[in-house]
Amino acid sequence: MDHGQAPVATEPDAHGHVDVDTVQLSAELVEAASVASHDVAEYALWLGDDSLVLAQHLGWWISRAPELEEDIALGNIALDLIGHARSLLHYAGAESGRTEDDLAYWRDEPQWRSAHLFEQPNGDFAHTIARQFIAAHYLFELYSALMESTDATLAAIAAKAVKEVDYHRDHSIQWVLRLAQGTDESRRRMITGLSDLWPFVDELFVDEPLIDRLEGVAVRPSSLRATVEAAMIPVLAEAELEVPRGFISSGGGRRGDHSENLGPLLAELQVLARAHPGAKW
Amino acid sequence: MTIPPVPYAIAPENAATVSAEEQQFNDLIAADSRIEPRDWMPDGYRKTLIRQISQHAHSEIIGMQPEGNWITRAPSLKRKAILLAKVQDEAGHGLYLYSAAQTLGVSRDLMTDQLIAGKARYSSIFNYPSPTWADMGSIGWLVDGAAICNQVPLCRASYGPYGRAMVRICKEESFHQRQGFEILLELMNGTPAQREMAQDSVNRWYWPALQMFGPPDDDSPNSAQSMAWNIKRFSNDDLRQRFVGMLVPQAEVLGVTLPDPDLRWNEEKGAYDMGEIDWTEFHEVLAGRGPANARRLQRRRDAHNEGQWVREAAAAYAAKQAVKAVA
Repeated sequence: MDHGQAPVATEPDAHGHVDVDTVQLSAELVEAASVASHDVAEYALWLGDDSLVLAQHLGWWISRAPELEEDIALGNIALDLIGHARSLLHYAGAESGRTEDDLAYWRDEPQWRSAHLFEQPNGDFAHTIARQFIAAHYLFELYSALMESTDATLAAIAAKAVKEVDYHRDHSIQWVLRLAQGTDESRRRMITGLSDLWPFVDELFVDEPLIDRLEGVAVRPSSLRATVEAAMIPVLAEAELEVPRGFISSGGGRRGDHSENLGPLLAELQVLARAHPGAKW
Repeated sequence: MTIPPVPYAIAPENAATVSAEEQQFNDLIAADSRIEPRDWMPDGYRKTLIRQISQHAHSEIIGMQPEGNWITRAPSLKRKAILLAKVQDEAGHGLYLYSAAQTLGVSRDLMTDQLIAGKARYSSIFNYPSPTWADMGSIGWLVDGAAICNQVPLCRASYGPYGRAMVRICKEESFHQRQGFEILLELMNGTPAQREMAQDSVNRWYWPALQMFGPPDDDSPNSAQSMAWNIKRFSNDDLRQRFVGMLVPQAEVLGVTLPDPDLRWNEEKGAYDMGEIDWTEFHEVLAGRGPANARRLQRRRDAHNEGQWVREAAAAYAAKQAVKAVA
């Protein structure tokens, strides 16, 4: 048994010292080497808005999750997504001279480009997991393909994001299996969550006209469908869950047509910043 | 730093009756060494640590709420990311501390049950509300600042798992304090409305932060024994005095006024004189009658109750997997 001497502590006063420097999340920000064209900026908004809206939902769970480990896990995922959103919005804004915060806090609902899946409310834990399951599979395939983009900035953001989204995907798979094969109640809730979220899968694979103008730069959404489904379906099979059928949402998020959920989410996100126009934080 | 002398490990008149294992414990304390989970320890030592470590863990968990309140409304994406990371650190601290307490033979489930039943204490500071963004600054600067003053000496606490957990926690807390200071600095360099928000927040948090060091030394029943056991290293009043000495120059950099008209440098004692702390309020909040006690506990209870089916599912799934693995 090791009874080594207690380590010599640092003087309490030394720990009280505060350096007045800036806390930078530099690793989270890919410095844009170039300025995006208008179309590329619009595409970066699609991706950035998806991540930011999802992060905003997930941040709510902190201090409310079913166990402490999930407070930490969902917080981590939200943090990764905010990092992706910041990189993408930073890049999107450079073209029009706007900052990531200009875009996050000063755009109104019709100017947002998030897909409806990401806007869906947290619901119970099974709904959150169903949304994570679809979102993480989609984002993983998207960023895997985007690494090959001819746009160096998008490729670099994707290369960083894909590693993190891979972890998000694994987290969601583990929970889909646990909930689907845990208790009767958890199975019932998982089935409900999945069938409530599944109508929003389709929109993720719709090719808007923008995509035709960004050949080689953007990932064609319709090209992702097969790989995303090929990754999700075996997990659902292992969980003994059927792929939900029925209602398909018409979507429209990429054109600024949003679900009812986005307005309240933006009101909360933007309320403080908008109460103090021009202020720095 | 000079290590204070160990006042007494055992009373001399009892020396003849101590067992070999008790003697070993006493020797370790006298040598300022670590006690480890498998070592023999007096019941009082074990109970004191369970009480202190679990209260500390609960404080981290309840302490997520006043700041969690602003994650969705943080006024910039950078601030949102930093705040999220900070609240997540607090969940992590709670986990380390529950683990440290578990090494003393108490289960996390029991500690959680005691917390949500309202039978366990946690730091009263988290029973104050956080109505403005500036409170994210004050909580970091004042609350985490006070916590650091309290906690750095705990890195040398005689119980090994506690001391080691505190080393890691203190590293993160000093980042937390710095980000709080930076939030206030940004506000104080901002618009008149931002400066007003910062000063109002400091006014609300200053006195509760001073109360975090606990009652005055002559009214702190557990302190002497904890100091004898090398769990506690400095008295409540000493730590409070150090904290105020640290704050005054920082407040000058910020340009905020500390809300104590009696605060002034005393040349003779080489430290600040300060006004009377309202201990009536302290005892009221401690007794559960603070501004946010009920709300904080209810949130914890709701999260626990609403998560019950998820935890049950995870346990059932793990059990089924274990059966499959055997088959």
